[in-house]
Amino acid sequence: MSAITMVRQFGEVLLAIALAPLFVGWIAQCRAWLQSRTAPPLVQPYRMMRKLFQKDVALAANATPLFRITPYVLFGSMVLAAAIIPSIATDLPFARVADAIALIGIFATARVFQSLAAMDTGTAFGTMGARREMMVGFLAEPALLMVLFNAFLLSGSTALPSVVEAYSAGPLSINPSLTFAGVAFVMVLLAENARIPIDNPSTHLELTMIHEAMVLEYSARHLALIEWASSLKLFNYACIGFALFLPWGIATHGADGGWALLLAAAALIAKLVVFGAALALIESLSAKLRIFRAPEYLATAFLLAVLGLLVHLLLGS
Amino acid sequence: MPHSNHWIVPSLNLLASILLLISFAMLSRRRTQRLITLFAWQGLVLFTSTCLVAYSSGQKEMYYSAGLTLMLKVIALPWILHRLIQRLGAQWDSELLVNIPTTMLVGLVLVIFAFGLAQPISRMATTITRNTIGIALAVIFLAFLMMITRRKAVTQVIGFLAMENGLFFAATSATYGMPMVIELGIALDLLVGFFILGIFFFQIREQFDSLDLSHLEALKEE
Amino acid sequence: MLLLVLGWLFLGAIGLLRPHSLRFVARGLFPAGAVIGLGVALLGTVALLAGHAPQAMVLPLGLPSLPFHVRLDALSGFFLLLMGLAGAGISIFAAGYFRSGEGTAPGLLGLHYHIFLASMALVVLADDAYFFMVAWELMALSSYFLVVSQHRLPEIRRAGFLYLLMAHLGALCLLLSFGVLQGGRWQFTFDAMRGAPLTPLWATVAFLLALLGFGAKAGLVPLHGWLPEAHPAAPSPVSAMMSGLMLKTAVYGMLRITFDLLHVQFWQWGVLVLALGLFSAIYGAIFAGVKTDMKRLLAYSSIENIGLIFTGIGLAILFDACHLPLFAALALSAALLHSLNHAFFKSLLFLATGNVLHATKRRSLGALGGLAHTMPWVATMALVGTLAIAGLPPLNGFVSEWLLLQAFLFTPQIPHAFINMLVPLGAAVLALTVALAAYVMVKFYGIIFLGQPREPALEDAHDANWLERIGLAWLALGCIAIGVLPQIALRAAGAVTGLLLGQTVNFSSQLWWVAPITAKQASYSGLLLLAGIICVVGITFVVVRGLAHGRFRRTVPWDCGYPWQTSRMQDTAEGFGQPIRHIFGTAFDMERELPSPSDSAPHYRIHVEDRLWRMAYLPIERAVQRLSDAIGVLQGGRLAIYLLYSFLTLLALLVGVL
Repeated sequence: MSAITMVRQFGEVLLAIALAPLFVGWIAQCRAWLQSRTAPPLVQPYRMMRKLFQKDVALAANATPLFRITPYVLFGSMVLAAAIIPSIATDLPFARVADAIALIGIFATARVFQSLAAMDTGTAFGTMGARREMMVGFLAEPALLMVLFNAFLLSGSTALPSVVEAYSAGPLSINPSLTFAGVAFVMVLLAENARIPIDNPSTHLELTMIHEAMVLEYSARHLALIEWASSLKLFNYACIGFALFLPWGIATHGADGGWALLLAAAALIAKLVVFGAALALIESLSAKLRIFRAPEYLATAFLLAVLGLLVHLLLGS
Repeated sequence: MPHSNHWIVPSLNLLASILLLISFAMLSRRRTQRLITLFAWQGLVLFTSTCLVAYSSGQKEMYYSAGLTLMLKVIALPWILHRLIQRLGAQWDSELLVNIPTTMLVGLVLVIFAFGLAQPISRMATTITRNTIGIALAVIFLAFLMMITRRKAVTQVIGFLAMENGLFFAATSATYGMPMVIELGIALDLLVGFFILGIFFFQIREQFDSLDLSHLEALKEE
Repeated sequence: MLLLVLGWLFLGAIGLLRPHSLRFVARGLFPAGAVIGLGVALLGTVALLAGHAPQAMVLPLGLPSLPFHVRLDALSGFFLLLMGLAGAGISIFAAGYFRSGEGTAPGLLGLHYHIFLASMALVVLADDAYFFMVAWELMALSSYFLVVSQHRLPEIRRAGFLYLLMAHLGALCLLLSFGVLQGGRWQFTFDAMRGAPLTPLWATVAFLLALLGFGAKAGLVPLHGWLPEAHPAAPSPVSAMMSGLMLKTAVYGMLRITFDLLHVQFWQWGVLVLALGLFSAIYGAIFAGVKTDMKRLLAYSSIENIGLIFTGIGLAILFDACHLPLFAALALSAALLHSLNHAFFKSLLFLATGNVLHATKRRSLGALGGLAHTMPWVATMALVGTLAIAGLPPLNGFVSEWLLLQAFLFTPQIPHAFINMLVPLGAAVLALTVALAAYVMVKFYGIIFLGQPREPALEDAHDANWLERIGLAWLALGCIAIGVLPQIALRAAGAVTGLLLGQTVNFSSQLWWVAPITAKQASYSGLLLLAGIICVVGITFVVVRGLAHGRFRRTVPWDCGYPWQTSRMQDTAEGFGQPIRHIFGTAFDMERELPSPSDSAPHYRIHVEDRLWRMAYLPIERAVQRLSDAIGVLQGGRLAIYLLYSFLTLLALLVGVL
């Protein structure tokens, strides 16, 4: 482990932390344009967070320490995940700490902490949000695992750096199983990140919300950290998607000098811009589902992933 | 073989997968109109794949059967079906006998069954598309499943037509299509069968004021 | 080696000297039992380190010309380690837990408790069928007495009876299985059975009988009926022992018979075990999701975990039968690790419920809440257990589930047409189960320890005493240690797979990495993950404090501005389980009482029953009832008739001899 790789590692993490709120801001902008509204500036999430960091925390009287450490745990696990996911380079010292399946585990840890914190104050909306979040979680995880199974069959690995390197070594062709898995992944991404059609990030209607219901009791710096963590989560999911399905541009082992890294960063930003716009389009075109249609939606994602798997086994491509 | 098939086989595989996907989409849709649109898409994919097979195998006849597919399954039948359901007022939700996630899971098991079944067959076949026999079988099974889980007569007919699509695809992938005479015969059968069913629809509706097939249950002997 | 096990028996016997002195039994004998537990764990470790040189010994005990054989190899060693380590924690806890005036006298309780521990150790040490069955029955009986230690309550007696019944049906199957395994040589030592020639048919019969017998003990669905009844009925340390340790003896037996005594495996067996395991796992998880009694919830979660372990065993059989020994070793390592993990986190959680029970006298989740404020110690330890059982990194439950998933990734290589496509879907079932387990544990922890107290009496609940704290902390430490450095346990499991499959997975040469097969394929490091999280959280904390200020003020919860909030407005356990009832509705028998709109005092009640109970158990019960009624006709009540029966039997026998 040389100093260069450590620098690369920290650079990648800092880039992720900095870009994540911008990515969310970009999606909000695209959505506003698609709905012919005046778009908020790109740095709006940053402004929000700056405002929140300056405020006093209003803490519920019966909140336990668990409630207060949860924002830090959420942020910490998302930063850790960002350190593991190869978003610009594959040769990262931390990337081997967890493979893609273990990454799901890290996300699950964050989810459980958030749900527990939501139950901590004992309010009606908090527990409701926690319950729904855990429901979406257990419906999404099988689908996500099947997506990773596809990636494993194609590349012989569940470690994201190896997946990226395997893809960049072989010729790329339109692969049916990868296509299916890709669609399934986007569906899971939408569900896991509290976006339409499962949840609405901008809703303020109490009875329909999931993520917002869980963070109702948070304020000031805690809320800022949670918002930052959830933007990082979306960013991380997008980067996992890029590693699995669009690995072009990521600097691979041995070819990761300064220019390659710059190119990789440029490619990452380009992919984020396009993907963010696509996400905004999907969100604008679809309606939010009733909460009990969520199983149907995620069953479809699961089905797609499994079909990808089966088609791969049948066609052997 | 006149043409190299390094890009044809992956594209055929992709088309076959899309066919399978469309079958599942048909299983999961509630609206009859959507089903018809999906059926038309299925025909289009079938047309493309037949053309590709014809191109790669150099068999001129297959272009004719592809053309027939385009005319009949992409243009004619969907158009007639659209007209039909508008006349019948049946374009809205069709009731399901089993809920959608369960149907999909059953469908998944059927796909596995079809794939397993196809493995020995595809070992015998010599065509470049032999791997897709399993998908063709799965499309047939799924169409059957759709017919079983729906209540309305129109959806049953769409299921029947989708099943024929699967058979057609199986024929192309296993043996580069059937002789032209049989193709034509099947097309004619399809058309005739379709018209007869169309007449039945009107009769059923006249009799029961609805196209719900559960009314037919009353016809059994007590 | 037996000295230690006898030590437990001896301790039990001492307790009889002063059966009513709680001080003597609790403060003296139970801690001593814990020390012996550590000794047993040491013994297991020695056996694991010794590798392929098992120690065998013939005891001068037993029936004439049928002496008891004992043998200590890596497999027994692994399970001794498990029992010793978890048993030590439970014993220390029990020292602080038992109070006087709870049914059975303390001395008698100590006797049953230590016999139970010793018999479990003897089960894994036994090397012939006789001794195995003696130890097995001893285990069943001593645990039965422990289950009914509060025998004044009728439902506890009923649970105990059901347990005893299932235990004996299981034992009967095992007896028959051993009968088949001896292969016509009438030699009942395990050594003789290893060499016994069996046709595939008889091997399958023996395997199926063993699966039935051990499945009934392990609580594999559909033989699980007793488990959710008996575990909640027992005092908490006993529940912990039954769930954490006793179920593992069934796992041990399954491994012993399948991989050691039967020398061939068929892939069909693997598929059967795999299917049963997955079904139990998902079934247990779903039911744990709807249960509202905290110990019953944990009992169903035990079914789930046993299901996961059997899934691993099934995969191992499947891979082994298909000549893929490396993957078989991977699956088996995962199963063994999960057994160890389950011993730790399930014991921990059962003990925590014991504390809650003592402090509040309530078992129903609907009456609890907010205990994190009054019982911070228990709440913290239970949080560790909760996160571990929910399968979250960097704790131990995650590692074994992750390894199991890794093993599933290789199932497409199985050379059978349908199996190679169906089995990978098992991974999805596994993922669903693990995610459901997380759901269940959020419900368990959130409703007991978080939120507002649902009853005013909960405000003066008391925390655990210092002995209990040591016990809880020991088990929690185990969860963390195995999670952070799973290699320690995996190397122990490696000795077992080396013995059973002749193949050991090399999980990286560095202690803090786990890489099944190769590091390029997948790797995980709990230690680095934990270190990373701590670092990032620390840095974030410092930076946030540096950037912003640390001011905060306490107010009432906001809750979207609703001014009027009571503890009854939180989700109940029923409410939290609602999505599961909705999605998996077909699995349950539900009885619902809904209030009418005009009701002035609306009342809502839901009762969820196991559908298998009605579909499988009750018909059998009725059939047995009918059968016994029919046989009852024979009992006329007159002495002459009974004499006639005896005489006729005698005649029939004599005719048979002729």
